[in-house]
Amino acid sequence: MSIEAIINIALFVFLGLTAFAILKLRALFAVVMLSAVFSLVSAALLVHLDAVDVAFTEAAVGAGISTVLMLATLALTSRHEKAPTRSQALPLIVVFLTGFALVYGTLDMPRFGDPQAPIQVHVAPKYIADTQSEIGIPNIVTAVLASYRGFDTLGEVTVIFTAGIGVLLLLAAFIREPEGLRVQTMDHHLVLRVVTKVLIGPILLFALYVQFHADYGPGGGFQAGIIFASAFIIYALVFGLENARKAVPGRAVRLLVACGVLLYGGVGFVSFLFGKNYLNYSVLGADQVAGQHLGILLVEFGVGLTVAAVMVSTFYAFSGQNPPIGDEDW
Amino acid sequence: MGVSDILGLFNYWMVIILMMIGFYTVVSRGNLVKKIVGLNIFQTSVFLLYISMGKISGGTAPILTGKPEVYSNPLPHVLILTAIVVGVATTALGLALVVRIKNAYDTIEEDEIQAADDETEFGDPQAAEDHRR
Repeated sequence: MSIEAIINIALFVFLGLTAFAILKLRALFAVVMLSAVFSLVSAALLVHLDAVDVAFTEAAVGAGISTVLMLATLALTSRHEKAPTRSQALPLIVVFLTGFALVYGTLDMPRFGDPQAPIQVHVAPKYIADTQSEIGIPNIVTAVLASYRGFDTLGEVTVIFTAGIGVLLLLAAFIREPEGLRVQTMDHHLVLRVVTKVLIGPILLFALYVQFHADYGPGGGFQAGIIFASAFIIYALVFGLENARKAVPGRAVRLLVACGVLLYGGVGFVSFLFGKNYLNYSVLGADQVAGQHLGILLVEFGVGLTVAAVMVSTFYAFSGQNPPIGDEDW
Repeated sequence: MGVSDILGLFNYWMVIILMMIGFYTVVSRGNLVKKIVGLNIFQTSVFLLYISMGKISGGTAPILTGKPEVYSNPLPHVLILTAIVVGVATTALGLALVVRIKNAYDTIEEDEIQAADDETEFGDPQAAEDHRR
């Protein structure tokens, strides 16, 4: 057995154990922490499976933002799960039947890593062969994401936009005005305060690097947006929501949520004006490759803007609620 | 079925195990936050399924190096990358609903929510039970 296979098996076994612990534990704080661990281990597995861009996203999202949001929810609800009252037999039977049907289905699947599998011989070889000449950037994932399949990505950004609007609609009515909000900060912790101040600059700089270096290495608007937002969130966590709102008002963030989608859609319309198909960037520059470069840069920026703004405004909406659990209870 | 078959299908089987743990968490646990965590496990297992299918033995990450190399399939990477961020946006929406449910019912346990609904609609649990029959 090769070392790669051993790493693969070990990481999957870790994931299985973590998932089982999540199922069994009833202390929700531990459950949320384990789900962050689960994300981090799966990010490691994704790197192992050559999906560096995906791993990047999973690490930023799973271990970062969604953990913060879940902790915010726990602070607003409760930290303990009640013991199940109903019989567990029926769910267990359903789950086992579904599992066996799925395992039976895998027996026909191409074996792991097979270069002749159907998934490997259609479409993807074209992207791999043509990216250099048609788009002119080394990262094929970015080329497919922003150019070849730009339409899909526009749809995804719209979904994120819609989900952000949904969160605001659900929670905005309950956001306390700054006067009424119980001021909760952690800035009496000296270590936290100093470390946060040292970290925020590099985090923002790294987000910009991830945003604008996406043509050449792993990264892009989705990852950069999350990382950018996490700098604001860590500031709000340590120095309080009120101070964060002073730096970046909620109204401005909500405006940016729409601006990102608008920028993405707008780039598509510009290519309309030049008589080409929607989101065909070739017309934006002097030649095909220059146009593609500019188009990808613009739409990735739109993606980053919307993702960052949705995450920050979601965090504002969650932490603006009045928590029933006090700081000292944690 | 030989060892190479078992190794060749191991990833898919582990994905199914993870998927079923997530599924079981969703259907058997009454706590709404726990359900969302279960949904996240389910979701991550789907991500791993796609990425496992795109992997080529001896391949490398799909970033052109200028040398002739075998690249793993970039297409699943694109699909899953966007799916992760959409996933966190929908998770946030789910958590927002949980917070609102807590405000309205003062609980996030499924059976207690059901009991409160029965209380308002039928007056007492027995009448609700009869109605369901």
